[in-house]
Amino acid sequence: MKKVQFNNKFIPYLFVSPQIIIILVFFIWPSIMAIYYSFVMQDAFGVSTQFVWFQNYKDALLNSDYYSSFGFTLIFSTLVTFFSLGTGLFLAHKTNSMIKSRGIYRTLLMWPYALAPAVVGLMASFFFNQSHGDVYHFLNQLGWKFDPTSDPFSAQAMLVFIASWKQVSVNFIFFLSGLQGIPKSVLEASFIDCKSNSKRFWTIIFPLLAPTTFFLFITNITYSFFDTFGMIDTTTRGTPMGETKTLAYKIYQDGFLGADIGGSSAQSVILMLFVLIITIFQFKYLEKKVHY
Amino acid sequence: MKSKSLLFIATFAMALNLNATTNITWWHAMGGRLGEVVNEMATRFNNSQSEYKVTPIYKGGYEDTMTAGIAAYRAHQAPDIIQIFDAGAATIIGAKGVVYPVADLFDKYGVKFNAQDYISGVRNFYADSKGRMIGSPFNSSTPVMYYNKDAFKKAGIKNPPATWEEFEKDAVLLKKVGYIGLSQSLSPWTAGENFMSRHNLQMANKNNGFDGFATKIYYENPAMDYHWDKLRSWSLKGYFKYYGRGWADNQQAFYDQKVAMWLGSSGSFGGLKKGAKFSFGTTYLPYWKKFINPGAQTFIGGAALFVFSGKSDKKYKGIAKFLQYLTTPKMQYFWHKSTGYVPITKAAYALAKKDGYYKTTPDAEIGIKQLSLPTQKWTKGYRLGNYVQIREIMTIEFENILNGKKTAKQAFTDLDKKADKLLARFARTYR
Repeated sequence: MKKVQFNNKFIPYLFVSPQIIIILVFFIWPSIMAIYYSFVMQDAFGVSTQFVWFQNYKDALLNSDYYSSFGFTLIFSTLVTFFSLGTGLFLAHKTNSMIKSRGIYRTLLMWPYALAPAVVGLMASFFFNQSHGDVYHFLNQLGWKFDPTSDPFSAQAMLVFIASWKQVSVNFIFFLSGLQGIPKSVLEASFIDCKSNSKRFWTIIFPLLAPTTFFLFITNITYSFFDTFGMIDTTTRGTPMGETKTLAYKIYQDGFLGADIGGSSAQSVILMLFVLIITIFQFKYLEKKVHY
Repeated sequence: MKSKSLLFIATFAMALNLNATTNITWWHAMGGRLGEVVNEMATRFNNSQSEYKVTPIYKGGYEDTMTAGIAAYRAHQAPDIIQIFDAGAATIIGAKGVVYPVADLFDKYGVKFNAQDYISGVRNFYADSKGRMIGSPFNSSTPVMYYNKDAFKKAGIKNPPATWEEFEKDAVLLKKVGYIGLSQSLSPWTAGENFMSRHNLQMANKNNGFDGFATKIYYENPAMDYHWDKLRSWSLKGYFKYYGRGWADNQQAFYDQKVAMWLGSSGSFGGLKKGAKFSFGTTYLPYWKKFINPGAQTFIGGAALFVFSGKSDKKYKGIAKFLQYLTTPKMQYFWHKSTGYVPITKAAYALAKKDGYYKTTPDAEIGIKQLSLPTQKWTKGYRLGNYVQIREIMTIEFENILNGKKTAKQAFTDLDKKADKLLARFARTYR
């Protein structure tokens, strides 16, 4: 076979340049600006600027609210990742074993993916509304004193529920394609060797899904860290008692509502480092256990 | 063909004509019905003369509008006039050279202006320590108490409570006929800032922040502690209920006749009148007789119009005219009548009185009366930086009290500590 090769050295660069430009403009440049702003104190209108070294970091890290927000973010992202991955996998497995109506289920289960997080939050704010929300009344009739406006646990539970619900469809479709990618021969062999459905699933299918699970695990964590912003803004806005405030939401409140640019930039740099560390950790230790 | 070219010429002529007028953009945060009234006011001004054309643009809520203004200013695309809310006033006033103070604007462009024309609770909030206005007060309201007259009749109560002591007695009677006594919207405003003003208590050092950057806040005080511990015990007894921090949720409870009294804005009057299926009345914000008697004046909430610096002479002339137009008694009365916000000048108040407006709707007068009580030392308002964040902390600490997590004293000690840090940050940033 003849190798196709460009004669000109620069053409490949030309082809990748749109992507490079997008990364530079929308990712690298803002990150650099955030790092710059995290070292200065500047009034909202940008009239006076002073370099303050690590003062913004100090103020953020010495604030007890920061840690409660940190704690909530960790618990929230763990739960959302667990529930949405679990449900997605369960639905994918069930759908995959269907023969006739698989297509319909696949289409229907994909639908929530089309919803923007803010819209999901808006819908939830109707369902869970204390004066005319059906779910609100239903939960209270069950005997749970459900009240997302003044009881932190209710509000947190509500957020975990809607954030997981929104993400199930993505996980579902990835798991489904992962399941369909498992070679038939392997499955048939396992049928002969093992009768138990669940054992076959956990010892053969689940390990073979590991690359998919690993990928989804990382995307789900970033989702619950960042993309859930819209939902929080349209439902609890961090209330009650500030106990549903993710780090990303706190950055928005301090920076955009409170006009404290230095302080919120410092927080976002800390968050950036944190996510970087998690991701590196995951790739280093978890990926070793994944077999492609 | 001919008609087409004629049309072209006509359009061209119109465009030329438009060029002759000076455009003034006004970013505001008044949605829904309020937005319609804002548009109406701009239209009336535009029709009253041909030199200037004011275009109001709705930018979302108060915070959104401020953020949009900040972003626009940084990109050198600032509008001419922007509406900034009470808690954000320090942010825009503190940034040096961003705002053209309206008192200076009026002086330079020959608009007669006397701060004494404004009613007293309005006069000082957006002014500097010498009383020179920086922003022009616009939609102004003050917290008042709404009460369900039918509920009071059922419970056999003649008059709405003037003091919290009376409230405590009335709440027992109301509970017997199935009502929760009270709910309140925007607690930091109704049961924080204005509670302090009603009891003539100092909010922060440096003259509540008017004389310079305040560094100490004084929410932890015997009256606040007492009141909020009471609110907690009332909520346990079913005399008070907190429906979360949303403005509408607490108002809704009053609407649905779950609670008999509601602390809200004097500006909420218009909306309530439309939908309430019961007769309601309006009265002053209660005070604790134990701490002050009679209660002092409250100050305004709402927002003011600020003029950005760096615009052309021609524009400033138009802006000065427009702001003057907005404060004419006729326009203020129109605004007052259509929205429920208080008229900000004494002349407008007199006009409304003369027109007999308060004879037919006496409830509309309560806010102005409360604002017109004599000015005392600590009733002028506040000028505190990072105040949006401080209000956020206030809300959290209020919720901590109501959930029984902290006593009021603990909560307010924590609040003061955190708020002082934010004030220090602000002072350092804006010095």
